[in-house]
Amino acid sequence: MQPAEVLDVDAHEAHGISWSERDELEVLTFELSGEVLAIEAIRVFEILDVLVDTIVPGAQPLVDRIVNFRGKIIPVADLRLAFGMERTERTVDSRIVVIELVLDGEVTMLGLWADRVLEVTTFARSECEEPPMVGMRWKREYVRCLARRPTGVTIVPDLKTIFESVLLDKTLN
Amino acid sequence: MSGEDPAAAFRIEAGELLDQVEQGLLDLGHSLADMDLINAVFRGLHTLKGSGAMFGFDALAAFTHHCETAFDRVRKGQVPATADLVSVILSAQDHMRALVEGDAPAAEGDAILARLQLALENASGAEIPVAEPVSAPRGWRLFFRLPADAMANGTNPLTLLDELRELGEAHIVARTDEVPPLGDLVPTECHIGWDVTLVGDISREDIEDVFIFVMDDMTFEIAALDDAAAAQEDSAASTEIADTTVADSPKTDEPAKAAAVTAARGGESIRVPAERLDELMDRVGELVIAQSRLSQLAHGGDDLVLRSVSEEIERLASELRDTMMVVRMVPVASLFNRFRRLVHDLANDTGKQIALVTEGESTEVDKTVIERLFDPLVHIIRNSCDHGLETAEERAAAGKPETGTVHLSAQQSSGEVLITICDDGKGINRERVRAKAEANGLIQPGQVLAENELLSLIFHPGFSTAAQVTNLSGRGVGMDVVKRTIESLRGSIDVASTEGEGSTITLRIPLTLAIIQGLLVRVGNGCYVIPLAAVEECIELSLEEDLRSRGRSLINLRDRLVPFLRLREMFATGTKPDTHQKIVIVAIGNERVGLVVDQIIGNHQTVIKSLSAFHSSIATFSGATILGDGNVALILDVGQLVAMGQGVDSEEKIYAAG
Repeated sequence: MQPAEVLDVDAHEAHGISWSERDELEVLTFELSGEVLAIEAIRVFEILDVLVDTIVPGAQPLVDRIVNFRGKIIPVADLRLAFGMERTERTVDSRIVVIELVLDGEVTMLGLWADRVLEVTTFARSECEEPPMVGMRWKREYVRCLARRPTGVTIVPDLKTIFESVLLDKTLN
Repeated sequence: MSGEDPAAAFRIEAGELLDQVEQGLLDLGHSLADMDLINAVFRGLHTLKGSGAMFGFDALAAFTHHCETAFDRVRKGQVPATADLVSVILSAQDHMRALVEGDAPAAEGDAILARLQLALENASGAEIPVAEPVSAPRGWRLFFRLPADAMANGTNPLTLLDELRELGEAHIVARTDEVPPLGDLVPTECHIGWDVTLVGDISREDIEDVFIFVMDDMTFEIAALDDAAAAQEDSAASTEIADTTVADSPKTDEPAKAAAVTAARGGESIRVPAERLDELMDRVGELVIAQSRLSQLAHGGDDLVLRSVSEEIERLASELRDTMMVVRMVPVASLFNRFRRLVHDLANDTGKQIALVTEGESTEVDKTVIERLFDPLVHIIRNSCDHGLETAEERAAAGKPETGTVHLSAQQSSGEVLITICDDGKGINRERVRAKAEANGLIQPGQVLAENELLSLIFHPGFSTAAQVTNLSGRGVGMDVVKRTIESLRGSIDVASTEGEGSTITLRIPLTLAIIQGLLVRVGNGCYVIPLAAVEECIELSLEEDLRSRGRSLINLRDRLVPFLRLREMFATGTKPDTHQKIVIVAIGNERVGLVVDQIIGNHQTVIKSLSAFHSSIATFSGATILGDGNVALILDVGQLVAMGQGVDSEEKIYAAG
């Protein structure tokens, strides 16, 4: 699935937190251990059927797998680990969502595990709110906002913060 | 003309011309009487002047004109070529380069012209070196054919024939065998060749002078005419050629012509941006992966047609990959040639007599590697010339030839290129290295060091033994940069030195940065690649031996204790060891370490991919590669593993000692 066919968000907004003029955000939603997560659809490059991954011994758990994506070697992250959840077995519905992020000023391509990819949809700004100060299982700074949807609450993770903290940790090591 | 900036095109052309002129001048410095070289330099300067004026580089054209005039006089034998003159023209050639770039101070040009004038005057006083006394033959028999577009490019064959007639008694017969049928004839193209018999006391150079500006593209055969054959051939030629329909006459000169054409085509090349090649390489990599999936599919079913197509594609894909791998290779000659000027200048600056001998210029290396080798080699050659070689007096006193030699050679050996820089100077003074290292606190006073350990101290940052800092070397920033650059190329560097006899520095560089020849091994469930260049041997580690060696990680290999690392434990695979584990012995320089793996799968040649920012700091791996089935295998960084192994080694030695 090529993002360009699905989306009409301006390319220049790709790297900011970008509500459209109508205060909307196009997202791709996917499931991870029963939770629904959403990422800005403009960042999505491709959705892959599960490939065989390779473990990188010594890497940080969040990014300890790599796959061959069209001749490029990209890390695959299991966001469960960033939110303190356990890894699970892969199923026939498992996919890798390949996204592009700007980390420390460099365009980085990486994959995200998804138990199931749901849909491309639009969030209205009014549906979304800041994560609450209390009552969250997850690190607050890793969540950009929560969206109230008819089906339940969807988490919009702050990918930039999550992965830059991994890079920072690496530098400290 | 295309929309591209013609001035930019000229700059590229001028750069190449100047390189040719420079090489010609440097050669000329060694054999001052060589007319071929003088002509080559003259032609280069002439073309530069012509195109310079055409593209509006008037200052360049005017300046070059003076040099060309000077060389014209040399060419005509009015003034001999002297070392002085060559050196002035060399500096003039630098000034031309600056003029091409458009940032040349005018005063410098004038100064060079003044020196040129002086050199010419001095030279005219000198004796003209006697041209080699070739007894001029009684005459020449020659054949020439101009390229088809010669007339369009402004060459008039009639003028050339007239010039030949001026040389002596000429008998000219046209060969019309290549003139196409009237329907295909393009009137502006030149299809006629000429057989010329020149009788008289004429030198070969005089004849070649006639063709000086068209020589490169034309077909030209020349043979001396001996008196007996002269008359006979003359009549034979006229009868034979008069009948232009003689069937075998075109055939006889076909091979010679074909050879001439290939010779001219040999140097033809296209400039392609490197990133396009990289892209192509990626595509080929992807193709190979897709192909291997296809072949799995084909072998799974019974469809014979599909299988034969798949095998065909497999062959094509592997050929394509092989071709792709050589596309990026260029001979090291282009690199080596750049050092001739460096050595020439170093000889001038130091007042030493230095000869640079190069060998193995045709060895091919990846272009990126060549570019990145330049700086380290400059440092090493400077060091050799500045610290290594002695002055002529010192050398004479030591009973050596007065001219010091720096030997630069390249040689290919199984996936690696060995570049050796060898000088016959005074060698590395071990006492001074030791004293300096002790003074800098790199080693303890009196510390026992092996020969190679002591010598490798010169690669330590901030290390320089030159008592005086010269403008050439001695700032102590050279050798550590060299070492780092070579290591970043996945290469290694060795020093050997005999006091009083000279030093040899050997660089081992992989042929290419993009491709690795590796040993594919399995550890647990994962595949890993060990660069084959570092692999020394593979031995078996039996289960008993493995258990027996639990407490220590050293094996006895031909009476040497070699430390080993259990990759399964290092990578925490959580799997049970195979019953027949293997130890792959890898080495960097003289350091060895064994890597325990579960299985050796085999050789694997592949494209190296870099790891993402998340993994670039993991020292154990230098990159990754894509296997035939599309899966990823990590490439082990042997240098790091050897260092780790040595760490284990010393810990255990301490443990053993305690």
